[in-house]
Amino acid sequence: MSNTQSCQRGAHARHEAYRLIGGAGDKAQAEGLVNALWYKCPVPRATMKSLMQRNDARAVADTIVWYAAILASGVLAWLAWRADSLWAIPAFFVYGTLYCSPADSRWHECGHGTAFKTRWMNDALYQLASFQVFRRATVWRWSHARHHTDTLIVGRDPEIAAPRPTDWLGLLLNVFAIKHVSKELPKMVSNAFGHIGAEEKTFVPESEWPKIIREARVTLGVYAVVLATSVAARSVLPLLYIGLPSLYGAWLYLYFGLTQHAGLPENVLDHRTNCRTVIMNPVFRFLYWNMNYHIEHHMFPMVPFHALERLHEIVKGDMPPPYQSTVAAYAEIIPALMRQTRDPSYHVTRPVPKASQA
Amino acid sequence: MAQWIDTVAFDEIDDEDVARFDHAGRTFAIYRVKDQVYASDGLCTHEQVHLCDGLVMGHVIECPKHNGRFDVRDGRPLGAPVCEKLATYPAKVDGGRILIEIRSDD
Repeated sequence: MSNTQSCQRGAHARHEAYRLIGGAGDKAQAEGLVNALWYKCPVPRATMKSLMQRNDARAVADTIVWYAAILASGVLAWLAWRADSLWAIPAFFVYGTLYCSPADSRWHECGHGTAFKTRWMNDALYQLASFQVFRRATVWRWSHARHHTDTLIVGRDPEIAAPRPTDWLGLLLNVFAIKHVSKELPKMVSNAFGHIGAEEKTFVPESEWPKIIREARVTLGVYAVVLATSVAARSVLPLLYIGLPSLYGAWLYLYFGLTQHAGLPENVLDHRTNCRTVIMNPVFRFLYWNMNYHIEHHMFPMVPFHALERLHEIVKGDMPPPYQSTVAAYAEIIPALMRQTRDPSYHVTRPVPKASQA
Repeated sequence: MAQWIDTVAFDEIDDEDVARFDHAGRTFAIYRVKDQVYASDGLCTHEQVHLCDGLVMGHVIECPKHNGRFDVRDGRPLGAPVCEKLATYPAKVDGGRILIEIRSDD
């Protein structure tokens, strides 16, 4: 066996540990890492209560601005397309990016139920955003609950974006969500036929399965209509507006999302060591709905996106220093992922304040 | 057999807030909503997280870990990720103290 073949087998075997069935979940359970107690920075109850307060105004305003931006870029793209102008390419690129990438953070915040005070608004935007980012709404709601219970616990967390050793091809394909959609689409089709995957059954309760099946049928129905319209019109245009943006517009949420945990240690019980808080500019923070305050979010998921900056100011003395930009975060992430390609045991170690080490 | 148990002072809990009360090896959540008081098991039915760190909004308690919601009046779950009802207990104010009724078979 050549060295390359041996390395590939080793990588495959290690990636098997991430499986929720037959992976390293039992080992994690035996080591007390499952549904465990995580470190929390001390915050007085009155302060936390004020941080947790919900309001509709901010999320309504942001949602109007977001969809207005999608609409405006869509109109510009259409005008450029009609004029046979090459400007249609950047215009659709902007449209697709606005359509898909901020949908990731809206999906996330609404899944937690913290974006709006009014429940139905959270649920409505959750469904829309799930569609735009090509996620099965109910499955991902539950997978994300597991992600919060067992963050980066191998064999338990279904949302580990950068398993070790680094899967560069997978990451590259996900610049345009190709790996994601190629895994998600067959599962959606299977759900539409009434089947629920074995791994999904480990974190979604049976009472939710009918919802998964219904959502898969509706989602595929919408795509069937768009596809049929494209075929009938003999034009890719309808698909450029609905469907394909979930692929060609995904790059920005990958760019944001990898800063959350990539290169950081697995199987620890302190979010300060396995999450990153990154200072971002106001445009990024709007698009990402403040998920750059990721340690704070994981430690206190009840705090809405608009209060995370305030929370950051309160707890920052008990946190590792934040990264000053996404570039600063990637200056650490890329070398870490490169090293993890050949040494999966490697991880970045964050400087946690000594007085409060968990 | 039912028994009224003294928990905390009414004034110790702010309006629309929750307090933890431990008794006989069990943990309870005591709620105050305006002049009404309610009581439930203290741990979320989803993943056994203490509800006393959660947020009370009207008659709804939201779990601090996964944001599952219950109606504190009857314990019914109000959406994912909670599916299982929360056990609730009769509660009343007597002499400025909040009492909850626990049955021996609860």
